[in-house]
Amino acid sequence: MTTRADTPIWQFRTSKQHMLRWVGWFWLVALSVFCWTLMTEDTIWAFVADAPRQASDIGGRMLPPRWGYLNQLWQPLWDTLNIATLGTLIGVIIAIPVAFLAAGNTTPSRRFVRPVALLVIVTSRSINSLIWALLLVAIIGPGLLAGIVAIGLRSIGFVAKLLYEAIEEIDESQVEAVRSTGASEAQVIDYAIIPQILPAFWGISVFRWDINIRESTILGLVGAGGLGLQLQSSLSTLAWNQVTVIFLVILATVVVSEWVSAKVRRAVL
Amino acid sequence: MLRDVVSPLTYHYQTWQQTVLELEALSKTYKTGDQALTNVSFSVPAGQVVGLIGPSGAGKSSLIRCINRLVEPSSGRIYLGETELTKLSGRALRQARRRIGMIFQEYALVERLTVMENVLSGRLGYVSGWRSFLRRYPKTDIDQAFSLLERVGLGDHYNKRADELSGGQRQRVGIARALEQNPELLLADEPTASLDPKTSRQIMRLIQSVCREMNLPAIINIHDVVLAQNFADRIIGLQAGEVVFDGPPSALTHDVLTRIYGAEDWGQVQQNNESQDDEALFSNAKVLERS
Repeated sequence: MTTRADTPIWQFRTSKQHMLRWVGWFWLVALSVFCWTLMTEDTIWAFVADAPRQASDIGGRMLPPRWGYLNQLWQPLWDTLNIATLGTLIGVIIAIPVAFLAAGNTTPSRRFVRPVALLVIVTSRSINSLIWALLLVAIIGPGLLAGIVAIGLRSIGFVAKLLYEAIEEIDESQVEAVRSTGASEAQVIDYAIIPQILPAFWGISVFRWDINIRESTILGLVGAGGLGLQLQSSLSTLAWNQVTVIFLVILATVVVSEWVSAKVRRAVL
Repeated sequence: MLRDVVSPLTYHYQTWQQTVLELEALSKTYKTGDQALTNVSFSVPAGQVVGLIGPSGAGKSSLIRCINRLVEPSSGRIYLGETELTKLSGRALRQARRRIGMIFQEYALVERLTVMENVLSGRLGYVSGWRSFLRRYPKTDIDQAFSLLERVGLGDHYNKRADELSGGQRQRVGIARALEQNPELLLADEPTASLDPKTSRQIMRLIQSVCREMNLPAIINIHDVVLAQNFADRIIGLQAGEVVFDGPPSALTHDVLTRIYGAEDWGQVQQNNESQDDEALFSNAKVLERS
């Protein structure tokens, strides 16, 4: 073995990197302190001090739940489920072509079509369902339809984004193999791409449906139908014992939908 | 200059008559500037199994893929029978691809489809999109798929999903899929690279014997020189995108291997091969020493 006089000294980080990291952390802490002062500027501390008493007061009014109210909730619950399911369906149907246009390996044109598809996805994703619903209630009037369309519009971006990422991650050798048989582009999609993305597709769709059930429970707050409508009227009449019943119904629905989506995802993998 | 050692002209194929594939001055330069192939010319007659050897990055995969145009050649011409493949596009290109079967290194089966669907996908170029979508293939196609699966030794596995099979079985499905095309030419890109030595030999033997039965010419990219010598009728050596050897397997000498792969103690490689307990490997190593 030979030894070298000028053996370099190895360090995990150079002293310059150390310095930079220290300065970085310093500014992060300084920024946090500054933000905290801004946040608490308008806080009335008397109200905060009062919080435990207020909470226990409302808690007291919420209990016991008014179980009789349950009978008025079945119809809105059914509406909520319909909003979520139909909205997801619309979203998924539109998202599929958008995803194929957005995926780098299936888009007909990277320069023109892909940016448009990505814009559709970003637009849909950047606007919350509640805001979509607010807009749509103004445009097509209050009711279930506004809720369904709002959920659908919001779902397009979510489903298309995850789906196009799945399309971009496929094994290209399978595509090559199917193409080498003389298959047309449609057949390549049918035989080489769809089988590879099908588990992801079902997983994404069911996951979105699951999210949509949660979101559609509050759409009624802005007049788009479903349980939210009941929630709003109970809140505005200070009927806290009814609010409890609504919360419990929402909780039960979400638990069931999560169970269903977990089952479906396990079945397709 | 080195070509003079074994000139292609001195190597006559008495038994090979009709030319199936003809490459004329084929070159490929990738957008990155890498010159994968330079002026490659050779022809392959019906029924001949060609082993294409060379170091990694020599352009073997590019050459194979230029033939069925999965990779676009930069210049030169390729003829399959009377058809000039390099001129085709769109539907005509797809129809020409039907005539060329291809086998892949990692099998490239559609993992989530059944064995039968994978084999039938060899007919995609012949059936309409609607029929293939509904998996309603003509009965003759299905009958042929069954007999090919029988031929490659997977008669009972047609309803299994491809990802349930072992590596060797998957490659057999890959072979059946290629043959389901009723091809005029078979291309194989490192068909044994993911397989153990024994399975590799079985797969090579299978490819060789179906080529004999069907008088099907094949170009097989292969890393393993000994396998190439055992199962190919002719060896083409590629080095940095150029053909540096074209001749019978028996002409692969130390000098030739050095020319293709660079300097290495090839005797050592041969000894290593002998230590594998396979008779054919053993006898082949002797052939190498004699030559």
